[in-house]
Amino acid sequence: MIQFVQHLINGLSLGSIYALIALGYTMVFGILQLINFAHGEVYMLGAFIGMYSARALHLTDRPSIGALVVAMAISMAGTALAGFTIERLAYRPLRKSPRINVLITAVGVSLFLQFSGQLLFGADPKVFPEIYHPGGQWHIGQIMLNPLQLTVFIISILLMLALQTIVYRTRLGRAMRAVSFNHDLASLMGIPTDRVISFTFMLGSALAGAAGVLVGLIYPKIDPLMGTLPGLKAFVAAVLGGIGNVTGAVVGSLILGLSEEFLVGYWAPTFRDALAFALLILILLFKPTGLFGTGRQDKV
Amino acid sequence: MTQPTLLSFQNVSVHYGAIHALKSVSFDVRKGEIVSLIGSNGAGKTTTLRAISGLVKKSEGRIQYAGADITALPPHAIVRKRICQAPEGRGIFLNLTVEENLDLGAWTAPNPKTLAEDFERSYELFPRLKERRKQNAGTLSGGEQQMLAIARALMAHPELLLLDEPSLGLAPQIIERIFEIIQRINREGMTVLLVEQNALQALQIAHQGIVLETGRVVLSGPAATLAASDEVRKAYLGE
Repeated sequence: MIQFVQHLINGLSLGSIYALIALGYTMVFGILQLINFAHGEVYMLGAFIGMYSARALHLTDRPSIGALVVAMAISMAGTALAGFTIERLAYRPLRKSPRINVLITAVGVSLFLQFSGQLLFGADPKVFPEIYHPGGQWHIGQIMLNPLQLTVFIISILLMLALQTIVYRTRLGRAMRAVSFNHDLASLMGIPTDRVISFTFMLGSALAGAAGVLVGLIYPKIDPLMGTLPGLKAFVAAVLGGIGNVTGAVVGSLILGLSEEFLVGYWAPTFRDALAFALLILILLFKPTGLFGTGRQDKV
Repeated sequence: MTQPTLLSFQNVSVHYGAIHALKSVSFDVRKGEIVSLIGSNGAGKTTTLRAISGLVKKSEGRIQYAGADITALPPHAIVRKRICQAPEGRGIFLNLTVEENLDLGAWTAPNPKTLAEDFERSYELFPRLKERRKQNAGTLSGGEQQMLAIARALMAHPELLLLDEPSLGLAPQIIERIFEIIQRINREGMTVLLVEQNALQALQIAHQGIVLETGRVVLSGPAATLAASDEVRKAYLGE
């Protein structure tokens, strides 16, 4: 039982990190019908920006939740700028091109960022600085909670709630949903669709940047190719939930995180990375629209 | 007493790939009028509206609005000039609620302070929308969707309202109601460019009429004259 709760918490915190990445995939797909394969690299950039800003500001001198928030804020701003730039330079010129052209470009951007990362940061793994160091273990009865995992989970949930508020409670979010429904129709409302698309990229990229920092806390080894696998897994999670659907991305990610954790904990640790792709094959065979996919509903 | 020209469509051509959809089309819309653009399927009616709204590229010609050249402006900038379109096929956001649809219509509204009044006005024109304001637009009936499309366009306080086939697929009583509303907002000062296949009714409420055929203007003039002309009666009124 105790072990079960432990795995549950680990699974939720892993899943919530996948969710932060998957939301960017799903929002960009909702608005442009584009699988942005460079998204995993934005997450990688988030981790590196977090690391360099922690070093520059000496955040390790006084590890605290405040230091974590500062590193995350800088990282989110940096990745938002990266997302804006990627869209502006790589995808916007192809707005009227066939979708396959844009898809291949996305793969190109992904490779470009991976190897530019190796050039800039070096190919060897770096250690993510300890900017938040909650003491020991928290006990609830017999259950030991790892406070780091719990913090990551709570911060992710807060970020997702913030996103939910932006998408469903603000005028800009309404415009995002309008553009994702139909670009021409949205422009007939006077909505500057290109600006809304830029904003969507920035929002998704900022979440991926936050994920980069949070992962750096839990698994403090970062390298320029670290985005590939989590990127693909988050993509699978988005497809599992129904790509284009915000709620689906979160649910799909939590399912993926939990099943990975339980698989590793109870059965076959070596299959960890195979699980996501086995899931992908199953979804595509039996429910290609995903759990929440209903055609056109609520694509953002 | 002639009103000044509000919109001037000058020798505009539009191509979709190899298809020549508009062939040097010219016409004027004067301030305060209802102008009906009629013609059969594929005549270029919708393309004309899309050209005005900036949704298609013009291969030739100019579009002037209130003295300014709007030919190359992007769609959202044209809406800021107070030219609003209720697009064909009841183009509304099916994934948003009625209220959210109306609110997006007010994206460019000149004065955010009047937003509450504008909502009230929409609900007064179309009481059904008030009953359904929290519902997803996808759950509305065809007539209600058309009403929402018109109400949403009005939220932006247009000077020139472009209506694309507002009667399409609707029951006769609802068509009559929608045409009454078009006349009412016109009397209140709004200029209307109405695209219709329903030629007789469209000419009855219009001041001017334009007949398009395979991308060309074949007839134009006062609506009453057109409605009485033999060609129009034969071709569009089934006589």
